[in-house]
Amino acid sequence: MVNRRRVPGRAAPGSRLALRDLLSEAVAGVVQRPARSVLTSLGTVLGVGSFIAVLGLTGTAAAQIDTRFNRLTVTEVTVEDTGGQDADRVPLSFPRDADRRMDRVHGVTAAGVYWKVRLAPGTAIRSSPVAAPDGAVSRTPVVAASPGLLDAAAPHFTQGRAFDAFHDTHDQRVAVIGSATAARLGITTLRTQPAIFIGDTPFTVIGVFDDVRRKPDLLLDVIVPRTPAERIWGPPQDERAKMLISTRLGAAPQVASQAALALRPDHPDYLRAVPPPDPKALRHAVGGDLGQLFLLLAVVCLFIGAVGIANTTLVAVMERVGEIGLRRALGARARHITWQFLTESAALGLLGGIAGTSLGTAVVVGVCLHNEWTPVLDPLTLGAAPVLGLATGLLAGLYPSWRASCVQPVEALRR
Amino acid sequence: MGPSGSGKSSLLNILGLLDTPTRGTYRLGGTDTSTLSESRRAALRGREIGFVFQAFHLLPHRTAQENVELAMVYRRTPRRVRRAKAAEVLARVGLAHRAHALPTHLSGGERQRVAVARALVAQPALLLCDEPTGNLDSETAASVLDLLEGLHRDGMTVLVITHDPQVAARGRRVLTIRDGVLDETVPEAVTPW
Repeated sequence: MVNRRRVPGRAAPGSRLALRDLLSEAVAGVVQRPARSVLTSLGTVLGVGSFIAVLGLTGTAAAQIDTRFNRLTVTEVTVEDTGGQDADRVPLSFPRDADRRMDRVHGVTAAGVYWKVRLAPGTAIRSSPVAAPDGAVSRTPVVAASPGLLDAAAPHFTQGRAFDAFHDTHDQRVAVIGSATAARLGITTLRTQPAIFIGDTPFTVIGVFDDVRRKPDLLLDVIVPRTPAERIWGPPQDERAKMLISTRLGAAPQVASQAALALRPDHPDYLRAVPPPDPKALRHAVGGDLGQLFLLLAVVCLFIGAVGIANTTLVAVMERVGEIGLRRALGARARHITWQFLTESAALGLLGGIAGTSLGTAVVVGVCLHNEWTPVLDPLTLGAAPVLGLATGLLAGLYPSWRASCVQPVEALRR
Repeated sequence: MGPSGSGKSSLLNILGLLDTPTRGTYRLGGTDTSTLSESRRAALRGREIGFVFQAFHLLPHRTAQENVELAMVYRRTPRRVRRAKAAEVLARVGLAHRAHALPTHLSGGERQRVAVARALVAQPALLLCDEPTGNLDSETAASVLDLLEGLHRDGMTVLVITHDPQVAARGRRVLTIRDGVLDETVPEAVTPW
């Protein structure tokens, strides 16, 4: 009462609204109608939630691909026989002792040369010396391989065994086949020492495998040692030979850089080693491909969320016209009303953003738990998501809060 | 006083700085308000004029105390001061015991008292009451009018707008408005107190 200014004048201070009061008024507006606030922010919750889930799941999936990639692909080097400038004269650049030469390179666990044998047209693969109408499997490819290939590809044998250096050096006509090929040829057991006839040449089947760790196309092939294949059908003709090298973890790039020189010190240009692709580049590619579509979905969700907030805030403005008029009568300026409603919708957006972040994280963790993956979430994403919600709320509140500031206190108080 | 449609509300809006007159000037406490900017008028409104409405206009989810405190939010009164003042004014209108009740749990008379407290807490020069008893039964209305009378006795300018001769009869000075024309001749039905 003491400092009371009875005489108003131009110098009188304008009405002000402290930030803290603005915030507490906005929070009160959100908290006092909890059911409506929850429903309003549902769109944002879903939008931000799917945003997090998409980024989290694609990140996690990419990381999963990486680990699988690390275990097999990253330990695999392929050496191609290009022949260099002498490609016409040199059909096979790999030396006879290629496997042993590569074994001596540090980091190599197994290495083997292989090529697809060209058979004369009409050559059938049969399980009996005479062509039987039902037993012919003519389209089965025949692959000539040094024993090291089987070590590198690591087939899982259901019966028998792989051929080894003995079979190769002593020109033994033996073959290893996949279980599907065995079934088509009618071979059920190796106890009877069955033979297959490639053309008219018999090969004793010594192993049947049902799985390989590398080079899965071997499952459909008939694999014979390199030496008899070369003797019977000659060096590779259609496709040039290749070498499959399995390395220890992390050794692949180095092995790739040394392979050509180790195999052909006289003509390293005959060979070209293909190291595994860079895992980092792969991860980016995967993330980019998968993420874009789902991110688009998240944006759509977020847009719907924004429309939801805008709609509800607009309805709230209409409903609270009396309150707006009252606040104006109590000395609030139009911009105070704008700020209040803007803050309220921003608070709703932030709330939805936080809830959505939690929901999205829970989804990512849940999916990972179910698939026994390691969840991978970028902390930057987690930090940005609530801000995204806040921005959505702020954007959605622009029009309603402008409408609120246009409310004429006179009419509002008449209600 | 005046019948509905006579221009009471327009007068109230102009007096309460909620609206500007199309012609003429309105001087409040010596200041010509028609030349002030909207923000200045908002400030002046908050500081010099207290409103009491027929429909109370209390925020439904806030306690009586918080509703009264609201009048000080736009004046940057520190929170502690706000709380103390609100409690003090509520006690003055006889509602100290209901300070933490929600408006929905208050009777009509109590709600109007809260509204009066809210108007008073800013220490206005002028208390504008628009049909303050319009939503109240006669007994409660009488008690609210008693309260206003008491305030007047303490030195407050109280302006009550009504169409009810009974309410008008309690005024110190009665102006009649009819078809937009303000007149100080008192109709037969109303005998000033």
